Amino acid sequence: MEIFLQQIINGLVQGSVYALVALGYTMVYGILGLINFAHGEVVMVGAMLALSALTAMLGWGVPPLLALPISLMLAMAGCMALGYGIERIAYRPLRHAPRLAPLITAIGVSIVLQNLAMMVWGRQYHAFPQLISNQPHLIGGAIINDIQIVIFIMALAIMAGLMVVVHRTRLGRAMRAVAENQHAAQLMGVDINRVISITFMLGSALAAVAGLMVSANYGLAHYYMGFLLGLKAFTAAVLGGIGNLRGAMLGGLLLGLIESLGAGYIGDMTGGFMGSNYQDVFAFFVLIAVLVFRPSGLLGERLAERA
Amino acid sequence: MKFNSKPKSLLVALAIALLLLPFVTDALLGRGWVRIADFAMLYIMLALGLNIVVGLAGLLDLGYIAFFAVGAYCYALTGSPHLALAFPSLLPSGVHLPFWIVLPLAALVAGGFGVLLGAPTLRLRGDYLAIVTLGFGEIIRIFLNNLNAPLNLTNGPQGISRIDPIKVADVSLNTSQEIFGIALPSVHLYFYLFLAFTALVIFISQRLEKSRIGRAWMAIREDEVAASAMGINTRNLKLLAFAMGAMFGGISGTLFAGFQGFVSPESFSLIESIMVLCMVVLGGMGNIAGVILGGVLLALLPEILRHGVVPLQQALFGKTIVDPESLRMLLFGGALIAMMLYRPAGLWPSRVRRRELDTDEAT
Repeated sequence: MEIFLQQIINGLVQGSVYALVALGYTMVYGILGLINFAHGEVVMVGAMLALSALTAMLGWGVPPLLALPISLMLAMAGCMALGYGIERIAYRPLRHAPRLAPLITAIGVSIVLQNLAMMVWGRQYHAFPQLISNQPHLIGGAIINDIQIVIFIMALAIMAGLMVVVHRTRLGRAMRAVAENQHAAQLMGVDINRVISITFMLGSALAAVAGLMVSANYGLAHYYMGFLLGLKAFTAAVLGGIGNLRGAMLGGLLLGLIESLGAGYIGDMTGGFMGSNYQDVFAFFVLIAVLVFRPSGLLGERLAERA
Repeated sequence: MKFNSKPKSLLVALAIALLLLPFVTDALLGRGWVRIADFAMLYIMLALGLNIVVGLAGLLDLGYIAFFAVGAYCYALTGSPHLALAFPSLLPSGVHLPFWIVLPLAALVAGGFGVLLGAPTLRLRGDYLAIVTLGFGEIIRIFLNNLNAPLNLTNGPQGISRIDPIKVADVSLNTSQEIFGIALPSVHLYFYLFLAFTALVIFISQRLEKSRIGRAWMAIREDEVAASAMGINTRNLKLLAFAMGAMFGGISGTLFAGFQGFVSPESFSLIESIMVLCMVVLGGMGNIAGVILGGVLLALLPEILRHGVVPLQQALFGKTIVDPESLRMLLFGGALIAMMLYRPAGLWPSRVRRRELDTDEAT
């Protein structure tokens, strides 16, 4: 029972990070009908930027509780610029090109980002400095530490904030209008390019937060971390119904739970044949299963046949 | 540019040049370059296989190397002493099936994986296929890396070694042979074998492209709705393209395993999938000659970078600042973006594609 509870806690924390990244995929998809393959790499860049800023500031003697928000801001700003640039360079010129073209540029962008990151930050793992007291708390025999609590609460708060932005503000209304029908929105005086750019920047800012969270949770960051994370977050977005914000959140949390429960119990289920080293496989099987049985996702409308 | 529209004499000249190539390369550049040429042909075969999927049918496959891995491990398992480790009593000396029996089987297995993967995704939009194949490429690697315990099937990250060499008519290609008084080292023998296979793959690709199926694929690529309105069974044909591409991948994987004598999961990373994709995109999607050009260019690129960039940096800065491997990846990524933005039909576009682009400009 303790193991079960422990895996639930781990899954929810990990899942809330997936949800943040999945929101980035789903927002862009909702508006452009495009899968932003490079999004995982934006998360990686966010993590690396935050980590570099943090390490530098701690070196200068800035108190940790001040350094953390500043480096988060820096990372968010950097990622927003990156997201804007990616859209301008790789996606906007191809908005009316055949479907294959933006997919290929997206792959190109993520390779370039990955290798630039490798040149800048090297191949090694970067340790995340210990900032807040990592006090473990016991809940019914399972352990949850301060970092996990902060991650979970922060993720929920950000998601709530995003919902407010999308459903209560003028910008949010413009975003929903563009998602619904670009031409009609344009006729109503919505500056489409601006809305799309802002969407990319919003998603990238969320990615930066998620990047910081992942590296704080695991205690490290790495130039290759974006790839699998992006793949899993995409799975989460599909699971919840791509294009649907609530779906991305639900999908993220669910995927986190599936993954951590799966990794915790796969040894028992397969009689010891497979161990927790197969953790990364679950997301993939979830993705295939969703595509076979419910391509529109849990909360999504029918998008599957939209060509 | 179609090969059979060229004069016969040109084709003969090309064939003679290719037959002499290993000797010329050997004499001028050294034996290492013959080996590079061998690998280049494996890549060309892969690129031609992927060209069917991406170029003809317009389906983006980002985990193509997984099928290469499937083919390679098929032969590695059935043509080496390795399985003796997993089943010591059942197979005391491993399995040693002849290469020519494994080859079609491996193609079928790879094709089967293709169908398995394509069936759920191909009725959806192309983006899903891209992501699923991307995931599949990674999953295959995770399995290959981890299926060494408790039952040692793949030997994990260490890979499988001592794979039987390919034999042609009882002559092992791993030893030098002498034919008509000409000494043929092992790399030369493999060169001719791969040349024959590449020629076969080119022939099949060409016939496919001009067939009813090929035209249907191109119709699907251009407009799926219109294609299905014309009575094309789009799902089955997409599945066929996908499976066919996977089979080509499996075949080159089998050849690779026999040539190397050793396979390990690290040969099948995402980078390789991207590299093959680059060959197709750079050369010209859907054009066989263009894809071959792309394959040759990109297979030679790492060698050129290794021999050119490192000494250049040494001379300029006194040390290696950018290692050739990441520079290669940067170039690949940049090339993918630049090609899509400025020359979407590739360096050597197919006639059909060029015509399409021209009419686009006219309207």
